[in-house]
Amino acid sequence: MKDQKEHIATTDPETVISIRNLYKSFGDNKVLNGFDFDLKKGENVVVLGKSGSGKSVLIKCIIGLIQPDQGSINVLGDNVPDLNTTQLDEMRVKVGFLFQSNALYDSMTVRENLEFPLRRHWIHTSKEEVNELVMEVLRNVGLPHTVDMMPSELSGGMRKRIALARTLILKPEIILYDEPTTGLDPITGKEISNLMVDMQKKYNISSIIISHDLNCVKITANRVVMLIDGTCYATGTYEELERSTDSKVKQFFE
Amino acid sequence: MKKLFIEIGLIARFTGRFFTELFKPRFEFNEFLRQCFYIGNKSLPLVAITAFIMGLVITIQSRPTLVEFGAEAWLPKMVSVSLVREIAPVITALICAGKIGSGIGAELGSMKVTEQIDAMDVSGTNPYKFLVVTRVMGTTLMIPLLAVLADTVSLYGGYLGANIRGVVSWDLYWNQVFDTLVYGDVMPSIIKTFFFGFAIGIIGCYKGFNSNKGTEGVGQSANSAVVISSLLVFIIDLIAVQITDIFNLN
Repeated sequence: MKDQKEHIATTDPETVISIRNLYKSFGDNKVLNGFDFDLKKGENVVVLGKSGSGKSVLIKCIIGLIQPDQGSINVLGDNVPDLNTTQLDEMRVKVGFLFQSNALYDSMTVRENLEFPLRRHWIHTSKEEVNELVMEVLRNVGLPHTVDMMPSELSGGMRKRIALARTLILKPEIILYDEPTTGLDPITGKEISNLMVDMQKKYNISSIIISHDLNCVKITANRVVMLIDGTCYATGTYEELERSTDSKVKQFFE
Repeated sequence: MKKLFIEIGLIARFTGRFFTELFKPRFEFNEFLRQCFYIGNKSLPLVAITAFIMGLVITIQSRPTLVEFGAEAWLPKMVSVSLVREIAPVITALICAGKIGSGIGAELGSMKVTEQIDAMDVSGTNPYKFLVVTRVMGTTLMIPLLAVLADTVSLYGGYLGANIRGVVSWDLYWNQVFDTLVYGDVMPSIIKTFFFGFAIGIIGCYKGFNSNKGTEGVGQSANSAVVISSLLVFIIDLIAVQITDIFNLN
């Protein structure tokens, strides 16, 4: 606990997420095994790793959906494992999460989906303000005409855009993307990747992107972190890692 | 056997959490009303039609036996007691276990596997309160209302059944029904439907909330929600009959 407090106190103000010695196991399966990581303000970091290597577990630990076994996760000055429910809710206004399956509420229209986080976090209670924000994020993702449609009426790419709009509506400082281009065709995947970069520039958002789509990595990453054997095995720009001679790193780029 | 006891323990813990969350703010009143509308209004036609047919059929089936004993005049009395005490509440609960229990199991199950429950969590919403408490409260309050409706409609069915072969006037039929039925018949049968509703809601939510294995798991959740809640309806009914008998409430 003392180490965790010291870690939080000494964190660089430009660092928005700082993870030290993170451990998480499911039974005998050690998923995260002493993972260390820093995310700077305005940076897009892609976490690359094999399926089942613990990438999604990592970002679910950051957002507080999974409790780690050990280690500290400092997000905007707070150690996530120590936060109570109210503090977690406050933190989640500043940290958005884009789910792999989009997680749009099937029983709600696009408008209701977008209004949901605003209403739940007690933000912008006036009807006009809410409507203005909904239309603004929909225009930003290029889908203002879908506002009264149901998620089942949208294509995969459109759903991803709406899910991104729902994440953006709270104007978060950080977004965690869980495999944002999975299940999309290469063209739509590229569109979504470009959209993520545009949104990062527009709102000055820092992001952690979980992906194994190299096109998405190439477009979005300022820095790539290789998650291998539960640890931060290698880090660098896409080009640096692509040129790496390490066999474990090389196999991702072949 | 060990698995069964673990499952019972998990259901008990899930139920315990319901009572803890029930009295904690924030109260999801709008979602609760939406669930009441969905559970009550959408199940109303099915319950009404089934209850009417049950009233009709029970009356037609009972008539020959009573005629044999020269007790045809007792038909409204006998039919009304069996419908109100037992048949209408249990049939309502079984229909609701099939329609509502499976619906809740499948809905929450698919929300679980498509990460909608996690999305709710990161949107500042306690998914247990928003999804479970509202649905369980909805079934607990709406199923008794549906049972009262089923009681009434089945008695109308009974009237029609009594007039298919014989002749019983409208006034005579209802006079006999209301002369026969006492609070001791009506109240225990309504009280037990609150427990039926609670069991259907909590099992549907438990199965849906703990769904896994993708779409296959969703189907399993819906299926086992119906099977377990139907079984619980009969167990609760058995206990309720024993209690009313022991305390001589009828």
